[in-house]
Amino acid sequence: MKVLIRNGRVIDPASGRDAVGDVAIADGRLCEALPGKPDRIIDAAGLVVAPGLIDIAARLREPGYEYKATLESEMDAAVAGGVTSLACPPDTDPPLDEPGLVDMLRRRAKVLSRARVYPVGALTVKLAGERLTEMAELAEAGCVAFSQADEPLADTQVMWRALQYAATFGFPVWLRAEDQWLARGGVAHDGELATRLGLPGIPAFAETIALGTLLELVRATGARLHLCRLSGAGAVDMVRRAKLEGLPVSCDVGIHHLHLSELDLGYFDSHCRLVPPLRGQRDRDALAAGLADGTIDCVCSDHTPVDEDQKQIPFSEAEPGATGLELLLPLTLKWGAQRKLPLVEVLARITSEPARILGVHSGRLQPGTPADVVVFDPEAAWRVSPETLRSQGKNTPYLGYELGGRVRYTLVAGNVVFEQA
Amino acid sequence: MTPLPDAEKLCAQLAAELKPAVSPSTAMIGLYTGGVWLAERLHAALGIAVALGTMDIAFYRDDYHQQGLARDPKRTQIPFAVEGRHLLLVDDVLYTGRTVRAAMNELFDYGRPASISLVVLADRGGRELPICAQYCGSKVDVPAGMRLRLMRDEGGKLGLELKHAE
Amino acid sequence: MQNNPQLNANGELRHLLSIEGLPRDVLLGILDTAASFVGVTEREVKKVPLLRGKSVFNLFFEPSTRTRTTFEIAAKRLSADVINLNVAVSSQTKGESLLDTVSNLSAMQADLFVVRHGSSGAPFLIAQHVKPHEHVVNAGDGRHAHPTQGLLDLYTIRHYKQDFSRLRVAIVGDILHSRVARSLIHGLTTLGTPEVRVIGPQTLLPTGVEALGVKVFNKMQEGLRDADVVVMLRLQNERMRGALLPSAQEFFKHYGLTAQKLALAKPDAIVMHPGPMNRGVEIDSTVADGPHSVILPQVTFGIAVRMAVMSIVAGN
Repeated sequence: MKVLIRNGRVIDPASGRDAVGDVAIADGRLCEALPGKPDRIIDAAGLVVAPGLIDIAARLREPGYEYKATLESEMDAAVAGGVTSLACPPDTDPPLDEPGLVDMLRRRAKVLSRARVYPVGALTVKLAGERLTEMAELAEAGCVAFSQADEPLADTQVMWRALQYAATFGFPVWLRAEDQWLARGGVAHDGELATRLGLPGIPAFAETIALGTLLELVRATGARLHLCRLSGAGAVDMVRRAKLEGLPVSCDVGIHHLHLSELDLGYFDSHCRLVPPLRGQRDRDALAAGLADGTIDCVCSDHTPVDEDQKQIPFSEAEPGATGLELLLPLTLKWGAQRKLPLVEVLARITSEPARILGVHSGRLQPGTPADVVVFDPEAAWRVSPETLRSQGKNTPYLGYELGGRVRYTLVAGNVVFEQA
Repeated sequence: MTPLPDAEKLCAQLAAELKPAVSPSTAMIGLYTGGVWLAERLHAALGIAVALGTMDIAFYRDDYHQQGLARDPKRTQIPFAVEGRHLLLVDDVLYTGRTVRAAMNELFDYGRPASISLVVLADRGGRELPICAQYCGSKVDVPAGMRLRLMRDEGGKLGLELKHAE
Repeated sequence: MQNNPQLNANGELRHLLSIEGLPRDVLLGILDTAASFVGVTEREVKKVPLLRGKSVFNLFFEPSTRTRTTFEIAAKRLSADVINLNVAVSSQTKGESLLDTVSNLSAMQADLFVVRHGSSGAPFLIAQHVKPHEHVVNAGDGRHAHPTQGLLDLYTIRHYKQDFSRLRVAIVGDILHSRVARSLIHGLTTLGTPEVRVIGPQTLLPTGVEALGVKVFNKMQEGLRDADVVVMLRLQNERMRGALLPSAQEFFKHYGLTAQKLALAKPDAIVMHPGPMNRGVEIDSTVADGPHSVILPQVTFGIAVRMAVMSIVAGN
């Protein structure tokens, strides 16, 4: 099919392009110019045309958690949010520790023909943190990296060996830095607010202590480490120094942690029950600055649909997580506007940079690349509500809020998979 | 409009009327706030031996469900046994009768009096319950939308005043 | 993101969930009303008809005979009908959700819920979901708040010391886990107490506690000096098992209240304890039973305070 997207403000962070123009698509790829008449013309006047967004952490809840959400509903949510590629963590039920499961997931996603799904494989069997998975087999089945999701590793010995093994094959390892004993029982950031609310706290040094250990092991093994969901100012500083040192580390931040802090818990709002916890305002500011100066490579949604039953219970009992696929774009734009960054830099955090982390060639608008494109109105506001969200997860602190940035068209491999007025 | 009667004159008049009714065991209870002021004056004027009782009916009002609990309730203090006593219940203005009904309910939670006589400075009519005063200073007409209240100045002088009802 | 759910649109107290966030005049109004109820508890007929026909449901998710009994007595003295529900909660027996339990009771014409729950914030969740004519009184949620205890502590202090603006109050013990301490601290600072001190080992002091407006002491001798009020907190046995403290003996030696340590406080200092006491762990028997102790009057005042709280919220 031949598609012409006309007169849009074409922004391609990978090349730095930001100019009004046309984008031509044929046979599922971008091309310099259309050979012949287009089958479809999309009028993008007043809209931004960008590479389809890449979200490196979105839980699809299949297999195993179909009562929370299904692949179909979450893929709908993804493309409604302009996300054309996403990586899903291995904490499904059963966890993605066998090639057969990975294969099944990829097939299911492919049949649905919406966003591309890049599975992240389990680092250990059943995510139990003790025995290594057959990483080479899993990589062959399509895993782009290996992770423990939010499960701890049994001890530093396993951590060391897992990094060594992954380094052998050059596989990236994605880990969230948290010392499980210091974090045990905690549900909120250990600080003034948790003290006031009487909530068990997770100190900031639970992250930095674990991060110190991980960085030492990277020095020792040379493993490529991606740190998931940074939460505190201390961790940002440590990653900054590690990068200066030349260590092969990268990191991301969750979209909610870019904007919210412990103060947003208010009167025990379970929608703010997140992992890692929302920390202090200084931490939030450090995360926002870290994303701007490149210490933090990209931002992701950490999309986690949770049914309301698990949120309408006391804070410390509530299931952590927030829905995010449809909020990734507007909340990233909000961050960029607050820091007065040019749009081409803002969009890099959700296109070219996550593409680099994933090791895929998409996330760019170059002739020859797959035609994964998002067309959106950066000014149009919409209200976040259970009705406007397509995900089955309606759990977000932003319920009732108006956000700016509305997706109009999403294309994957040149097919329009989502459109709205 | 006819002027309000002089509260001091009415007070003296009531004291004179009550004198024959007072015995060594007679007790008096004033209802906050105007009734307490009046009762203090009468108690002294009549030389009543038993200590003066003061009562706040906040916990016995019949409009709790509409109005909620009154702010700043005073403390009811009955420094004598109610059981078998001839009581003089004193209030400033008698209107619907609901305050007196509440006061009697509260009183009976302290014991069973031999009798209760109601003493009021002014009766403005408008009864909603079958209550009447045995001793009354004066009938007073109150225009619609107004409240009749007893006031006391810094010198302790009593006076009746009309205020707009809220 | 949410409004203070305790107050209705007119700024009147509709629920009592925490002392934090209560305007000063509301706080004082509760204490003044409680004073009137003390009079009621001292006469022979200890009832008033305010809550006649109303149903008070004691919803206790954490076991407690003492607090539940005082709420029951208070409710009955207001002529309310009282129903006690001890909902045993264990991770194995996950039955009805909290909100479902409340909805079911609501369908049985409940007017006022007295709720004690192990998770901080549970009464707030309930208050956000009850019907307009229903009221919630927090009888203790996790480590967060125990507002009626805080109020009766404030009442007790006012009874013996009258003026908060000159007081030094010391709170001793396991502040970290104490909802009683948090509520009392908020109340004292709201009423203008110039010096509120917390005394305990570092392991029992929560992070950033100074932000609540208190001065921190690790040495009891320093913290008790010239104190007007000494509040001893209960130390639970679990604390010894959780690597927070080595033993009750060592705790008593450094943080237990003895006559000798009490001598460092003002000569007319009063000693308080929310109960139940662990004699020989946080407090010596001679002090608990001695002339400075006002622990038993606290209990009496507790009934009047709870009567005041229930009659104020139920009327709004």
